[in-house]
Amino acid sequence: MSPAVLNTIEVFLNGLMAGVMYSLVALGFVLIFKSSGIFNYAQGVMALFAALTLVGFQTGQIPFAHLINVVFGTDYHHWGEGMNTVLAIILTMLIMILLAWIVEKLVLRYLVNQEPIILFMATIGLAFFLEGLGDLMWGANIKVLNVGLPSGGSFWWEDVTRTWASEGSDYYGMYIDVLDVWAAGIAVVLVVALTAFSQFTKTGRALRAVADDHQAALTVGISLRTIWVVVWSIAGFVALVAGIMWGAKSGVQFSLSLIALKALPVLILGGFTSIPGAIVGGLIIGVGEKLFEYSVGPMIGGATENWFAYVLALFFLMFRPQGLFGERIIERV
Amino acid sequence: MKLKQLTAVTLAATVALGGGVVSADLTFPSLSYRTGPYAPNGIPFADGYADYFTLLNERDGGIGGEKINFIECETGYNTEKGVECYESTKGQGSLVYQPLSTGITYQLIPKVTADNIPMHSMGYGRTSAANGRVFSHIFNFPGTYWDAASIIVKYILDEEGGDISGKSLALVYHNSAYGKEPIRTLQELSKKHGYNLTLLAVDHPGQEQKSQWLQIRRERPDYVLMWGWGVMNQVAIQEAANIRYPMDHFIGVWWSASENDVIPAGEGANGYKAINFHGVGSDYPLYNDLKKYVVDAGKAAGDGNYLGTVLYNRGIYAAVLASEAARTAQEIHGVSDITPAQMRDGMEALKVDQARMAELGLPNFGPDINVTCASHGGPGEAAIQQWDAASKSWTRITGFSGADREVVDALIAEDSAAYATENKITARDC
Repeated sequence: MSPAVLNTIEVFLNGLMAGVMYSLVALGFVLIFKSSGIFNYAQGVMALFAALTLVGFQTGQIPFAHLINVVFGTDYHHWGEGMNTVLAIILTMLIMILLAWIVEKLVLRYLVNQEPIILFMATIGLAFFLEGLGDLMWGANIKVLNVGLPSGGSFWWEDVTRTWASEGSDYYGMYIDVLDVWAAGIAVVLVVALTAFSQFTKTGRALRAVADDHQAALTVGISLRTIWVVVWSIAGFVALVAGIMWGAKSGVQFSLSLIALKALPVLILGGFTSIPGAIVGGLIIGVGEKLFEYSVGPMIGGATENWFAYVLALFFLMFRPQGLFGERIIERV
Repeated sequence: MKLKQLTAVTLAATVALGGGVVSADLTFPSLSYRTGPYAPNGIPFADGYADYFTLLNERDGGIGGEKINFIECETGYNTEKGVECYESTKGQGSLVYQPLSTGITYQLIPKVTADNIPMHSMGYGRTSAANGRVFSHIFNFPGTYWDAASIIVKYILDEEGGDISGKSLALVYHNSAYGKEPIRTLQELSKKHGYNLTLLAVDHPGQEQKSQWLQIRRERPDYVLMWGWGVMNQVAIQEAANIRYPMDHFIGVWWSASENDVIPAGEGANGYKAINFHGVGSDYPLYNDLKKYVVDAGKAAGDGNYLGTVLYNRGIYAAVLASEAARTAQEIHGVSDITPAQMRDGMEALKVDQARMAELGLPNFGPDINVTCASHGGPGEAAIQQWDAASKSWTRITGFSGADREVVDALIAEDSAAYATENKITARDC
């Protein structure tokens, strides 16, 4: 194959990998929207908060250390060497469950049967609160996140693909980031686990029932409040996974909350209520924006990716307002 | 009756809390950002800026016998909040503004000029403000983005034995007014030196840069330059390490030159270079005093963890230059309690040589500063520093050197003339 063809394949593959990363963020939005009709503005901040908490546990940081030191004149920062990654992930997950419980207890239960825009506004407030809480608990400095996942270009893939190039061409192999491959594998496991949970467990079936019809679910004795805690906990878990994968690339910092911006076009394209939609939408956006930047970007000054993703989403919106996999909107007059 | 009492109490409280401190002290406002996406960079700078003024108060009793009144206002790196901070603090006798944001700087240029208050955008803001004939109240010494671009190219020339014709340089830049600053200079220099320039824009915030780094991997430029900010820096350095780009051929501007930018990439960042206009580390006599009078005395703005980091040192340097300008203003006008207008005169006559820097406990920390009525950009000098991942420290690998004045001054003259025409400003005769 000619290097030009191989370069295009390389861009395509890396687009797929980027798409998986977008999907990881979009999944959290879908889970909450599907079960409660809430567009959770705080999903990106939840990813940041989860990643901050994970690093805090890993490195043995004392939560609210700065506040404690200011109030009591002490000089505490760490309680020890920290803990191993698995234990830190488990504890972080417990914190995310606690957060889900608090959100239900203090916010959602007072907003049952309110307009979606009210619930949306509540999540904006939640986002601001979590931003401040994260800073106060763990500090605003950039933290290095290392959960032991390998990263960097794959030598093996470079060697394999180098042999695909035509004889005599100066081709040096295809690039793929090992961390992205791990992210793809984790996303597959996540989707399979979520699907199995919703199909084969009692709570999962209750969750689907609530998603289908709140009133009907309530009449058969399903507790809406319990389901909301479960759903927000699962969304918290997805936020943790997204926070780990994105945080491993850039360090854990406030900007991690902005990854939500990459999820919006994915949701519009894939549909707000479909888990497969979040995955397929992510892949289409990822591949589309990378191929567009590769082929057209240099002619128009580059940096087209964000723009392209939203234009593509807008295009789909015109023909399929519910997204590729969203539930068909039927309104009877 | 109750209303009268309330009014009296309010007036008394206002005088006690606000009015009292305004009259006697030298007021230095700090438009800082300790929150928001850029807080990791804003905090160390704000700490350094505050700690130096605290040191002057604690050790010397202020400047020229006048205590320093230091006021901090949180901007969150938001231009609107920054302007609000300016409006709410200018009435307190603020002597000089260091807005720490190009966006805020642009908004404040006409305001500070009208209010007769000097502004120091140290290594950022509007580059052509270096022309003091047009920008009477704006100072951007010791160097501008155009100086930085030129000094980096001169460094590459030195590395390549004086000839870079036919070489390829790529600029990875934040797709904003800030990121686009060096483009014109690099284009002009490419005509002079014959190198090829590739421009790679990265959209805000810069968390996803796969396309740009795949292109760099395909085209393999001889050098990559970076004008980044915030998360863009960390991701770019990580991606460069991932594609195994030689890090000693990757050079960032001074806002892509802190520990924050390289530490997340771990070993992969080893050898990365950046331009800087001040010293690195804490191996300066001044730090002994900082520890004694500020940190150990429990008076530090932060928890003391940032001492010696690049951005903390930058905050220190900004405060050193501001206080030296205040001293100069006191000498010029023969009064200790100077006004903002007198402070402007001090900034315009500021001279800080190596002997003075040594007296201040910062030998060889920055270049010689020589501000004049015509040149508010100072010497336009900077040095190259390199990251050592093993010791997690920067080392300065060159001395301070100047920009290609022939190219840079022509661009400054052109841009400032356009600003003067647009805003109907008559250039000062100096």
